[in-house]
Order: sequence, then C-alpha cells, then structure tokens
Amino acid sequence: MSRDVGPLPLVGADGGLMRFGPDKPLRLDSRARLDGLEVAYRTYGRLNADRSNAVLVCHALTGDQHCAGEHPSTGKPGWWNRVVGPGLPLDPDKHFIICTNVIGGCMGSTGPASINPATGRVYGLSFPVITIADMVRAQAMLVEALGIETLFAVVGGSMGGMQALQWAADYPERLFSAVCIASAPRHSAQNIAFHEVGRQAIMADPDWRGGAYAEQGARPEKGLAVARMGAHITYLSEAALQRKFGRELQRDGLSWGFDADFQVEGYLRHQGAAFVDRFDANSYLYITRALDYFDLGQAHGGVLANAFARARDVRFCVLSFTSDWLYPTPESRMIVKALNAAAARVSFVEIETDKGHDAFFLDEPVFHGALRGFLDSAASARGAG
Amino acid sequence: MTATAREDFREILRLVRPGSRVLEIGCGEGALLELLAQEKDVDGRGLEISAEGVSACLARGLAVVQGDADGDLADYPADAFDYAILSQTLQQMRDPRRVLTELLRIAERAIVSVPNFGHWRVRWALGVSGRMPVTRDLPDPWWRTANIHLCTLRDFTDLCADLGVRIEASAALTQGKPARQIEPLRAVENLRAEQALFLLSRQGERATPVRAGTSADDLFGG
Repeated sequence: MSRDVGPLPLVGADGGLMRFGPDKPLRLDSRARLDGLEVAYRTYGRLNADRSNAVLVCHALTGDQHCAGEHPSTGKPGWWNRVVGPGLPLDPDKHFIICTNVIGGCMGSTGPASINPATGRVYGLSFPVITIADMVRAQAMLVEALGIETLFAVVGGSMGGMQALQWAADYPERLFSAVCIASAPRHSAQNIAFHEVGRQAIMADPDWRGGAYAEQGARPEKGLAVARMGAHITYLSEAALQRKFGRELQRDGLSWGFDADFQVEGYLRHQGAAFVDRFDANSYLYITRALDYFDLGQAHGGVLANAFARARDVRFCVLSFTSDWLYPTPESRMIVKALNAAAARVSFVEIETDKGHDAFFLDEPVFHGALRGFLDSAASARGAG
Repeated sequence: MTATAREDFREILRLVRPGSRVLEIGCGEGALLELLAQEKDVDGRGLEISAEGVSACLARGLAVVQGDADGDLADYPADAFDYAILSQTLQQMRDPRRVLTELLRIAERAIVSVPNFGHWRVRWALGVSGRMPVTRDLPDPWWRTANIHLCTLRDFTDLCADLGVRIEASAALTQGKPARQIEPLRAVENLRAEQALFLLSRQGERATPVRAGTSADDLFGG
C-alpha cells in the first residue's frame, strides 16, 4: 500500500477513496490524531473550468456517499434521489456534487471497523471519539485535495445540516452558501436520551463483545436492530404512523402472544433487520456520540452567534418541517436568530408536512422548490459577483 | 416593473437612502425588496409569515425569514438595520405598540403605513349608516377583516408622542394618486387621508440626515 504518497485518489472521476499520507494526519478535537486517513467519496457531474460549481452534500447519521444513482451494494436508489439528479435542485448537469462518507462511518472512510495502521488490527473501541468538526475537517482535506478552493454550497439534512453549520463556522472563506435542513445547533437532552437507548441496546447484545465483535467473528445484530427500531420512530411522526399503519394487523386476528401482530411492529422489525445488513454497530456508537457532543454555541464561548462571526458573506438557507419532533422548528429558529445576530444573510422556511423528520428524504414539492430557488438565485448572485 | 404602480412603493423608494440596510416586515413575495435592491442597491432582508411567500422570495434571491412580526422581531439585534418597513400591517398586529417599539430598536428609522380610520368615508359609514365601514382601504366586513387594531391619524400621532417617536415625514396616500405631503396633526388631514405613510425615528437621537442637502420636507411630493 502506497501510504507514503500524498493525497491519492484511487478511483476515477466519479469518486473513490482518497488516502492521505503520514504527512497529513487528521487532528481530532479529542487531541488524538488519525494517521493514514481514508475518505470514501462519490462525485456527480463535472467541475467547471473556474472550479466554481462544487457542492458538498453531507449525509445524516446512517447515510453514505451514494446520495444519487444506484447504491453499489444494495442496488437501491441513492438516499437523496429526489434532490440530487438531472433536473433536480442539485443537478449534475450544473453542479459538481461531492458526497463523502463521514469519518467514523462504515462505507469506506476511516472508522472503527478500519484497520489501525499502527497495530494492523481492527480499531474497534480503540478508535478515537470523533466530533462533527472532525468530520468536517476530513471533508475539507478531501475538498482541498480535489483542487477546489471554494465550494459553491454545502448542503445537508439532519447531521448533514450540522456539518453545513460547522463548515460555515470553521471554513467560512471556503464556501459561498450553506443549506441546513431539519437540523439543530446542538443536541438536546431528548436527542441524547434517544441515542443513549440505542447505544445501550447495542452494548447489551452479548455479540457486541466489548466492541471487539469483528475480531471474534460475531455481529451484534439484535442490539443494532433494536437501536434502529427506536431511532426510526423518532424520524417519523404520529400522524404519519397513524396514516400508514393505524392499528392494522398483519394477519386476521390477534395472536394472543408476542409475535408482530400489528403492521407497525412488522414494519419496525423489517427496518431493524434491513439496517444490520448495511451498518456497523461500532460506527453507530461513534456517530451518535459525535452528534451528542455537538453544541456549536458552547464551542464558541456559549454564544451561537459567535460561531458565525466570520460567516457574514455566506448565504444561508435554513429549512425545517412542521412535524419534525427530532429537530423541531425552534431548533432551526435558534440558528436563524444567531445568524441574524451575526448579520449573516439568512433565509428560513418551515415546510408544512406530516411526514416528520424524514420529510427531507421524501417527495415534498415546497421543500424542493425552496431549495431550488435558493440555490439558483445564489448561483446567479455568484455569477454577478 | 408593475410594482411601481403601487404609490406606497414609490414613496418608500424615494425615502430609502441608497446602499442602506433594510428589513421589510410582511414582505409577501418580495416585490418591494426586489425593487429596493434594484433601484437603491439596498442590502434587504425580509420577514414573512407564509411559506409560499418566503419560497417566492428565495427564488428571487432575497434573504427572507419565515416568521411573525408579533413574535419574532425580538430575535433581531438592536440597530441591525437603517430602516424597518412595515407596510399596511400595523393594524393587524396583536400588539402594535410593542411592534412599533421593536421596529425602532432594530432599525434607526421605521417606515410605517396605516389606513386612516378617521377618513370621512369611514366616519360617514359609521355615523350615518351605523355600520362598520367597508371602504377601498378597508374592503372586508367586520367578521372577516384582519384589521384588529385600527386607528385614526390622530391616534397614531398620539401613540408616537407617547412612545417618544419622532415623525420625520408624513404623506397621505390615495389609491392611484401620487403621495401628498401632509402635516399629520391637522384635523383636516385626519378627515381626508385614506392612508398615511410615516417616516419615524427615535426621539432625542439625531438620526443621520436622510439625504445630504435635503430636508425631510422635501421627501414627499417630489
């Protein structure tokens, strides 16, 4: 392995794996550092001649770099196939779209399932705790290695929205606009509480083996599935669950036992089972931890507006959904208020929907219209400037 | 540019200093903000209650926040703007007194327009027919109107005096006619002005001159 060579894209123009040599370690907020950093990414479209059309798409907790097109391992459409694609708000015919797998993830970027170059063994729990800022630092290294000085936009929902905010705080001179969707400036007690339930479910599974399951040939599938089931409820809304399932039964009559009598139970079990096929339990621990540690205001002297003190020239768009109770609208309003206080240029819309947090993945024409309007007008403004 | 057909827009364009920072409350689909950006090179921001309005503003490249003047003005820091514009909506606020105070906390000057409930047609309707007036400026019946805090010119100037707000300029607006500069304390204006537009600033503070070499008296009627 040519680890001593500088940044080296291993695959061609549509993405691949960027490997950073020992001269470019990733320094983490925890003061640990990652040597031999690898960032898996995918790109869509072409970088234009003046390198002004690059857009970084940031994924949410369990997302990955395959935001559009077909997923190579599941064969399913990309997770943002309603936003990224020809004729959509993020259009490969106009934009050069980059999507990375976050560090700590399990789709190719360095994470707890990677091999520690110092020991030659899987990291497991020896992987350092990472933060949203660390994820963004790794993205910034990738963007620089791709030869892009300034991103036209950083766009993300949920955890991706937090990354967009972190970009604006840490690299305001390297982005023209930022879009933060269904997100928050910090994790609330309720957010942390739900994550703790998920982590406890994983760690209570005997097959978790103190995090060393990979080396011992086990997989904590039951724990990870329960974690996903619990979390999945927070991505929906009562109205959406009621509309979709109500009290409908899977079969005629009750079982008078603990089978999945109700359709909603069957749905959740399916969500849990499908999840363990594509996600790593330790990655789930690390990424939920990164989310829990996120508090952008606290990291800036307790004043969120201070985080955006250098971001006055960035155009911001903040979007929320009425039925999102994971990151409800008041969280987005806190961001808007701080941006106003920092005299940044901010737009904000609350989209009416009963689909809950996951609305940002779904068919929401008002959301897509607002996003398109913001991005298109930002592109004109940049052209004019 | 059909929006200039609105005489109040024309007046506001005349009032606003080029290159200034403007917050428009209730900016709708952004017609005025766009005009201000095009013709006065202002750095404009908007506050709008409807998601559809904000989306239309986004598509125009305007920076607009969805929100409610009754609740969300408190989120803006003091002195963030040169002008806060509130066009024909003060009478729809739950707490107009507080909104007026907020406008002049956020901005050095406020531009506010209100329908005049002292207009003779209004008095005629109420006094002679004994019914709530339905006029050009107050087109809805009492049970449908969004206007919950109507006032006369005299009421408005009283509130300004009460709040220590200086009225720098006033104009009467009649649909389809150019604005006419008025002395708002004159009883006759309280009878004949259908709408009034005010340029307000904080009392006691000598606000920076509106336009070099131009007195406030020249602001209207030009």
